[in-house]
Amino acid sequence: MEQHYQHLYEMLSKVDGYIYPNELELQWGVLVVLYPYLTGLVAGAFILASLERVFKVKVLGPTYQLALITALAFLICAPLPLITHLGKPGRFYEILITPNSASAMAIFGFVYLWYLTVVLLLEIWFDYRRDFVIWSREKTGFMRRVYKVLTLGVTDISPKALKWDDRIGYIITIIGIPSAFLLHGYVGFIFGSIKANPWWSTVIMPVIFLFSAMVSGIALVMVIYMGVSYIRKVKIDMAALDMIGKYLFYMLILDFAMESLDQVHRIYEAEESFDILNILVNGKLIYTMFAFQITLGMVIPMVGLGIVQLVKVKEQIRKIIYVSSGVLVLVGIFFMRWNVVIGGQLFSKSFYGFTNFKLGLVGTEGLFSAIMWMLLPFALLAVLLWLMPPWKKQEAI
Amino acid sequence: MGGNRIKSSRRNFIKKTVAAAGTIAVSSLLDPINVLVFATDPPEEGPWWGVGIDISQCIGCGMCAKACKMENKVPEEPFYFRTWVEQYTVLNDETVRVESPNGGIDGFEQSVEDEDIFKTFFVPKMCNHCSKSPCTQVCPVGATFESPDGVALVDESYCIGCSYCVQACPYGCRYLHPEKKVADKCTLCYHRIKIGLSPACMEICPTQARIYGDLNDKESELVQFLKDKNWQILKPHMNTGSKLFYNALRAEVR
Repeated sequence: MEQHYQHLYEMLSKVDGYIYPNELELQWGVLVVLYPYLTGLVAGAFILASLERVFKVKVLGPTYQLALITALAFLICAPLPLITHLGKPGRFYEILITPNSASAMAIFGFVYLWYLTVVLLLEIWFDYRRDFVIWSREKTGFMRRVYKVLTLGVTDISPKALKWDDRIGYIITIIGIPSAFLLHGYVGFIFGSIKANPWWSTVIMPVIFLFSAMVSGIALVMVIYMGVSYIRKVKIDMAALDMIGKYLFYMLILDFAMESLDQVHRIYEAEESFDILNILVNGKLIYTMFAFQITLGMVIPMVGLGIVQLVKVKEQIRKIIYVSSGVLVLVGIFFMRWNVVIGGQLFSKSFYGFTNFKLGLVGTEGLFSAIMWMLLPFALLAVLLWLMPPWKKQEAI
Repeated sequence: MGGNRIKSSRRNFIKKTVAAAGTIAVSSLLDPINVLVFATDPPEEGPWWGVGIDISQCIGCGMCAKACKMENKVPEEPFYFRTWVEQYTVLNDETVRVESPNGGIDGFEQSVEDEDIFKTFFVPKMCNHCSKSPCTQVCPVGATFESPDGVALVDESYCIGCSYCVQACPYGCRYLHPEKKVADKCTLCYHRIKIGLSPACMEICPTQARIYGDLNDKESELVQFLKDKNWQILKPHMNTGSKLFYNALRAEVR
């Protein structure tokens, strides 16, 4: 506690102008930045998967299961940093048991569970059921049992049963698309509905969150697909990769348009909060917003991917453009979340000044903890890919 | 004949379907709106508490903030307050300077030269006990609630410490208690007003700049205050249903 106070006294000496005394300490730190970031990756990855399934973009076949499993790994991890950041993490289940129907946040548990159980788990299960059955017959010992459990006792793999699997999976994906929109649009609403905060309170926030989610999720699957192919030493399906690159490019344009619309609207209307937000953007957020979010995370990938669309580029160069654009987009969207969550707490609601934020290294809200939470879904993804490898599945067909 | 029968049964079917669909559509449209609109109403009987603060009476002694910390065991550090006092100084060049060192507990020193001052005054701040309180609206578990007599309270045995309410309060009146790890705020000294005592900040105020009263009682001191004074609430555009009424509130105050 002493250390905490010492940190706050240090922050107190760095206040610019006037802030309400209770505003010194940021309520939401890097863990809450991770929450919209992770859920966005889930929604984006799922939408990429549904392009193949529902919109029949067959060229994306090689990434379909990979996208689904990526979505699952990240979805399972998404609420963990959120629960950790609570003052009373042990009470988190109260949101599910006694939700306040007037609260936007209270719906989170239900949206999350719906998406996890009704959409992702079911879709993956119907997609993998045949393979679970085959693997449970092929493997021996412990793994045999694991796959047997995963079949949930449904071992009929007659063509008729498989046709049903396919049909149900299709229906679930159709339900899944609005659900993915709901999941992330809703996260945007959590911020967008706070009228006290002019940096957050915009009706377009859910839309911005959605498009940025699609951008980041597509970039994630693209980078993971390239990484997994590299680790497995197999040739990348360039037709699939080119198609993902194309979608990423289009989504980037849409996302850029939405975010620009929001900013242009703010600047043109120039309401009461404009002056303080102007100082915020050109001061405390200058690097994270102009350098990381916009230039590195948006403009450069957009130019790179745009060139690939317009000019014939060699395969090797295309790969470099894709991987670098993907990574830059992932960094950029992280900073987009950062600028929303942290940026929205740096200025005082009195509009007379700014508090300060310094990301510590250790502690539950520190940098190391954030890195750990960020690595966790990748570790889980590795386990899931080992347990149910999409490439084994494709070989079996 | 057969054709007519089919036509008539089809017509009936369509009629019924449209009627049923219409009923469902209308009722489902009305209900979500009721869920989305958030407000609490005054009780038909019993008190509906509100607060009046007369800025022209406040001398900036900071005793209110000190008394509040003592009475409610608010952490002493200068970044946790249930109530505090702000000093506004409007300069001749129209710039505004706001200060509240340690919430005003240690008193104020004017940092602007006398000849540069256009106007200076003190503004005590505390929870607005809004009837459409954004903090209560957003609490995911209902740990923050509006008492039947109109006081915004926190059930600390129930709060999960998500800080969503802190974000939602436009007036900066909430904080996460550093030891209890739950949301904390002004209770209008609920433990005192329930037994007829006035809140600590008002009890100690040497100039009676703060009063509280029953808005349901047309004879109350607060209702008289509302009749006599040229009052305003903070950030009226937020439509929070604030029940903290200021006399002599200037536009600079936010």
